[in-house]
Amino acid sequence: MKKDTDAPHNPPSGNVAFWYDPRKRSIFYQLGVMAMVGLLGYYLVSNTLANLERQAIATGFGFLEKEASFEIGESVIPYSAADNYTRALLVGVVNTLLVSFIGVVLTVILGTIIGILRLSTNWLVSRLAAVYIEVFQDIPVLLQLFFWYALFYEVLPSPRQALSPFAGVFMSNRGLVIAIPEYAPAHMYMGIAFLTGCLVIYFLRRWARKRQAKTGEYFPVFSVSIGLLIVLLLLAWLAGGAPTAMSVPQLKGFNFQGGQNISPEFSALLLGLVLYTAAFVAEVVRAGIQSVSKGQREAAMSIGLKPGQVLNLVILPQALRVIIPPLTSQMLNLTKNSSLAVAIGYPDFVSVAGTAINQTGQAIEGVAMIMIVYLCLSLSTSAFMNWYNKKVALVER
Amino acid sequence: MQVASCRLLGKAQEEKNEQNDPNELNEHMEAIVDKNAVETIKPPVTQVGVVGWIRTNLFKGWLNSILTLITIYFLWVTVPPLIRWAFIDSLWVSSGAQCQQTEGACWSIIPANIRFITFGFFPYDQQWRPFVAMGLLVALLFYSRNRHHWKKHLAYAWILGLFLMGLLMKGGIFGLTSVESSQWGGLPLTLLLSVFGLTAAYPLGVVLALGRQSKMAVVKTLCVMYIELIRGVPLISLLFMSSVVFPLFLPEGVNINGLIRAQVAIILFTAAYIAEVVRGGLQAIPRGQYEAAESLGLNYYLTMRLIVLPQALKIVIPPSVSILISAFKDTSLVVIIALFDFLKTTKTVLNDPQWMGFSAEAYIFAALIYFLCCFFMSNYSRRLERELERGL
Repeated sequence: MKKDTDAPHNPPSGNVAFWYDPRKRSIFYQLGVMAMVGLLGYYLVSNTLANLERQAIATGFGFLEKEASFEIGESVIPYSAADNYTRALLVGVVNTLLVSFIGVVLTVILGTIIGILRLSTNWLVSRLAAVYIEVFQDIPVLLQLFFWYALFYEVLPSPRQALSPFAGVFMSNRGLVIAIPEYAPAHMYMGIAFLTGCLVIYFLRRWARKRQAKTGEYFPVFSVSIGLLIVLLLLAWLAGGAPTAMSVPQLKGFNFQGGQNISPEFSALLLGLVLYTAAFVAEVVRAGIQSVSKGQREAAMSIGLKPGQVLNLVILPQALRVIIPPLTSQMLNLTKNSSLAVAIGYPDFVSVAGTAINQTGQAIEGVAMIMIVYLCLSLSTSAFMNWYNKKVALVER
Repeated sequence: MQVASCRLLGKAQEEKNEQNDPNELNEHMEAIVDKNAVETIKPPVTQVGVVGWIRTNLFKGWLNSILTLITIYFLWVTVPPLIRWAFIDSLWVSSGAQCQQTEGACWSIIPANIRFITFGFFPYDQQWRPFVAMGLLVALLFYSRNRHHWKKHLAYAWILGLFLMGLLMKGGIFGLTSVESSQWGGLPLTLLLSVFGLTAAYPLGVVLALGRQSKMAVVKTLCVMYIELIRGVPLISLLFMSSVVFPLFLPEGVNINGLIRAQVAIILFTAAYIAEVVRGGLQAIPRGQYEAAESLGLNYYLTMRLIVLPQALKIVIPPSVSILISAFKDTSLVVIIALFDFLKTTKTVLNDPQWMGFSAEAYIFAALIYFLCCFFMSNYSRRLERELERGL
C-alpha cells in the first residue's frame, strides 16, 4: 500500500552517505533480520541436536516403517496393531477427514437454517435462534465436547435398556446404532444412477443458462433436477430387484449386532463441533442476507420475478459474496477444532500422532507431521473456497 | 386552513397527553380545541395492544403460525422437565450419597467443591491471594470499560495491576509464602493465561502486521509465513509443541515450567490472529495519511507511532475484544497438556467417587461461568463498535 508513496524519492546522488539511502538501508535491515533469524534457528537447532543426543532419541522418519503395536478404537480402513506407524497415522488422517467433512456439511445446513430463523419475522423463533447463537458461541467448544460425551456415558442406558426414539435406531452408552439396508447390487446401480443424474443436471443447467441468456426464457432447473434424481434412483432400485432387506440391530449378549454403529466418541465430537460452529455460521449467514439492501428485493419483485426467483437470482448471489470468506474461516475452524477429539478419546490424527510421540519419543517429527497435515487441510480448503468465491464474485466491467 | 391544522395539532397533542398525564396542559388545549370537532377513531383491537402484537409477531400468515405452534410445542415438551430437573427436584446443599437418591439435579457438587474448582491446588490458607488478584483484574476491567478513562494513566494502572497480580500469585516477598506456579489453578489460571496472553501477544501482533505490510521482501515473507503457518494449525499442535518440543530447544540444564511454556504457545498463537486484525486496521487508513506524514518529514517509526497506528488501533478495538473472547475460551485447551485451569479442576472433581456421575451439573456450572464472562465481553465489544461508528 505504501508502494506509490515512495515514487517521488529521487535516486540519491553519489555524495549521500549510504545510511541516508533508503534502498541501501532496507538491504541492510533485511540482512540484519536474516542474520537474527538465522542465529535463532542455529541456536535452537544446536540445542535440540545436543539434547537429542544426550537423551538418546532417534531422529528422522524411520519409525514410520516400524510396527505401531497399539490398537485404534475405530477405523474406516482396515487396521490392526501389527500394522506400521504409517498405516496408523493414515487411519488418524482418515478419521479427521471423516469427522471434518460430515461436520462441515451438517454445520453449513444447521447454521444456514438458524441464520434464516434469526431473521424471521416470527418473534418467538427469532428470539430462540438468538439465544442459541449467544449461548453456543460463548461456551468453549472443549467444554461442550466434555458435556456431550458425559451425557452419552451417564444419561444414556446400557444396550439392554437402549432408548429407541424411532424404529431401527437405538441409543445407548455404547453409541448410536442404526439399521441400514443390507448390501445388494441394487445399491451400486443407485450410486451409478446418482452420479449420472448429477452429470445430466450439470449439462441441463448449462443449457438452461445459455438459453435464458439468449432468449430470456426461464427453465425450472431445480424442480426438474430433483424429479430427475428421484426417478433415476427409483429406476435403478427397481432394476436391481428392489431389495428391501435391512440389517436391523439385534441385542446379543451385552451389545448390538448388525446395523451401523456410531461410537459415543464420534457422536459427541460431531455433535459438539456442529452445534458450536453452527452458531458462528448462523451469524455469518444472517450478516450476509442483511447485507443485501431491501431495494434489491423490491426491484426484483417489481420486474415480476417470483419469490423463488428473487431469492435465487437476486438475493443469494449477492449474499453469497459476503458469506463465503467468513464461512471458509468457520469451516477451517471446525477442521482445526476436530483436533480436540484427543480429549474425548476419538482417534483422530492428533490423537494417533500423540500416541506415536509417546511411544517413540520422537516429538519433533510428530508435532511437525501434525502441523503439516493441518496446514495441508487448511490450504486445500481455502484454495477450494477461493476458487468458489472467485466464481460467485461480482464481475465488474 | 389555519384553524383546521390547529385543531389537528391540538388533537395530536391531546392524544399524547392522554397517555401521559391527562390533566397537564389541558387548560391550554381548551382554548383552541373544540373537542367534538374531530372524532377519535381508535385502531382496531386486532392491530394494537397485546392481541395486535401477537398477530403481527407470531401468527402472520399460515407458515408463521405453524412455526410458532411447533416452537411452542417444542418448548412445552422440553422446558418443564428441565425446570423440574434443575429447580424443583434438585438438591443444593447435601452430600454426594443423598444426591444419588434424587431424581433431580445435584447442584451440591458445586458448593461442596467450590474452592477446589475456583483455585485448584493453591494452598488452602493462601487462597485469598488469587481471590484478591482476580478482584483486582475485574476492577481494572470495569474501570477500563469507560472510554473516558482511556488515558496514559490507565496503561500504567494496567502494568502495575498485572505486576501486582503476578506478585500475589507467586509470593516470595513481603512475607507472602512462595507458591510454585505448578500449584496455580482454576479460574485465576484461566484468566491469567488469557489476559497475559493477549497483553503480550498484542505488541508482537502489531509488529507482525507492520512486517506483513512492509516493502522489504525478506521481512514480509517471514511475517506472512509465520502468520499463515500459525493460522493454519490448531492450537493443540502448538500446545503439544510447548509440552514436548520446547524443552528440547533449550540448552542443557535450563528448565522452564509447563505453565510458562503453555503461555508462550498461547502468545505465539494469539499474535498471528492479532496481526491479521491489525492488518485490517492498517489497510483502512487512507494513503493520504501516509503521504501527509511523509511530507511533514516524519520517518517510518514516527509515521507509524504518531499517525498510522493511533488511528488503525482505534479501528480494531472491537475485533480485538473478539480475540480476547476466543483467547479466553481457547485457554481451556490447556486441559490437554494437563494444566489445572478452570475446566480441568471442574473435571477433576468428577473423579471423586462421592461426586461421580454428576458431570452435567458440574459442566453446566463451568459453562455458566464461561458464558457470563464471554457474554459481558461480547456485549461490550458490540457497544463499543456502535459508539465508535457514531464517532463518539
